[in-house]
Amino acid sequence: MSFDWMIKIVSENWPMFLRGAGMTLFISIIGTILGFIIGLIVGIIRTIPMPERGGKRVTLKIINSILGIYIEVFRGTPMIVQAMVIYYGSALLFGIDMNKLNAAILIVSINTGAYMSEIVRGGIISVDKGQFEAAYAIGMTHFQTMINVVLPQAIRNILPAIGNEFVINIKDTSVLNVIAVSELFFQTKSISGINFRYFETFFVASVLYFVMTFTVTRILRYIERKMDGPENYIMYANQMQVETPEDTLRRTQSVNGNNR
Amino acid sequence: MEKIIEVQHLSKSFGNHEVLRDIDFSVNKGEVVSIIGSSGSGKSTLLRCINLLEKPSSGQIIYKGENILDDKHDTRAYRTKLGMVFQQFNLFNNHDVLGNCIVGQMKVLKRSKEEAEKVAMKYLKVVGMDKYINAKPKQLSGGQKQRVAIARALSMEPDVMLFDEPTSALDPEMVGEVLKVMKELAESGLTMLVVTHEMGFAREVSDRVVFMDKGVIVEEGTPEQIFNNPTQERTREFLKRTLKI
Ligand SMILES: Nc1ncnc2c1ncn2[C@@H]1O[C@H](COP(=O)(O)OP(=O)(O)O)[C@@H](O)[C@H]1O
Ligand SMILES: [Mg+2]
Repeated sequence: MSFDWMIKIVSENWPMFLRGAGMTLFISIIGTILGFIIGLIVGIIRTIPMPERGGKRVTLKIINSILGIYIEVFRGTPMIVQAMVIYYGSALLFGIDMNKLNAAILIVSINTGAYMSEIVRGGIISVDKGQFEAAYAIGMTHFQTMINVVLPQAIRNILPAIGNEFVINIKDTSVLNVIAVSELFFQTKSISGINFRYFETFFVASVLYFVMTFTVTRILRYIERKMDGPENYIMYANQMQVETPEDTLRRTQSVNGNNR
Repeated sequence: MEKIIEVQHLSKSFGNHEVLRDIDFSVNKGEVVSIIGSSGSGKSTLLRCINLLEKPSSGQIIYKGENILDDKHDTRAYRTKLGMVFQQFNLFNNHDVLGNCIVGQMKVLKRSKEEAEKVAMKYLKVVGMDKYINAKPKQLSGGQKQRVAIARALSMEPDVMLFDEPTSALDPEMVGEVLKVMKELAESGLTMLVVTHEMGFAREVSDRVVFMDKGVIVEEGTPEQIFNNPTQERTREFLKRTLKI
């Protein structure tokens, strides 16, 4: 009987499940934070206004195209493939034998960074042009404008998309089992490899995944509600998973109500 | 009279659309100059060229004897000398009223927080918004926002204030409170360059009125000359159309 099996599997293997879930959460949190930092830097660089001429223009163009390639490549290939290429590639090509956990964090961060770059860029260009102009008009540099005026608004507006990336990471770290990182999927595979009860064991894992994403989603939505609705929210994510259409509607309605 | 800003042969094109053509005019210290003209005539573009939010295609802008279009000229230092008030207010949404008035002082003029707050409070009192220092822009009415925007510009203690249709985005009942503040500023001797559709303001408050049409200055003179004895047909037509409404 399946249910009895599940109870037996949980009672015998709960430390392994918990360690796996802990590892999954750890990698997703660190990966999302580092990915956000990468995205912030790349997004900021890609929104620097193009100088009209001179060496600076050439340098910026080159940097922009490199960053563009980074984003395209990492968004255009599956993370499971990226994991294999980076982990085995670094060993083969550079002779670096990466610690599995570090490799996992590296892969998730670079991958998340590619998505975050576009999210941040979308957040920046969604801030009203008048905000930039008012800052320039009182003599701020582009950098001062970003730090003091634009980024605080952009980041607040993209919080839902950032939370969304976090939820995606919780689920997608499962692909790291291909480089034998002991996250939840890997642990589940090991447990089922011993007891051969695939359905029951993976059912337990699915419950754990769901509890994690559901809890995170609730917490994030609570945080978003706490912060008052952004002025110029922009829907800019690959797959929205945190915000419901109702939230979006409520948000845009309150904007229209307040803004005129 | 001391010329603060002198615009010489200024032209501006967007692509091959020439928006300003051979503009010549100047603003003297302590003077209030109004720019009038129908919409699309290039008034905003002229103001935006003066503080370099737009780059002029040709011509010169002389500020206190220096050519600010020179590559070596410090654009940002120059901008702190011009206070800009926008039609759409453009208050910093992430700052409250006081924050809007101190962030520029602290980051650009490097004033201490205490000093910046003192200066900000002084000008918030001038515009009658000192009771709202903790309000966020979205909690204010249009008229209140525009008065804060004026205080933000004044807090930088500029030599000249530029106003780009400061009352055009306001509900009619709020126009008065903003014009009143501007009138008080004018009477205090502040140098002001005001793009406006408020003919009453242009007539009563300004020392000089400039009429623009299709990218050129058609006529300029005292309010008396422009409103009572315009020499150009285009001016007469514009005034007839505008004053009738
Ligand atoms: N950034 C821009 N790009 C292209 N055309 C512009 C731009 N800004 C203004 N224009 C054009 O320049 C003309 C003058 O505009 P503007 O200076 O805003 O007029 P006004 O303020 O007198 O109403 C208009 O025809 C407008 O469409
Ligand atoms: Mg205009």
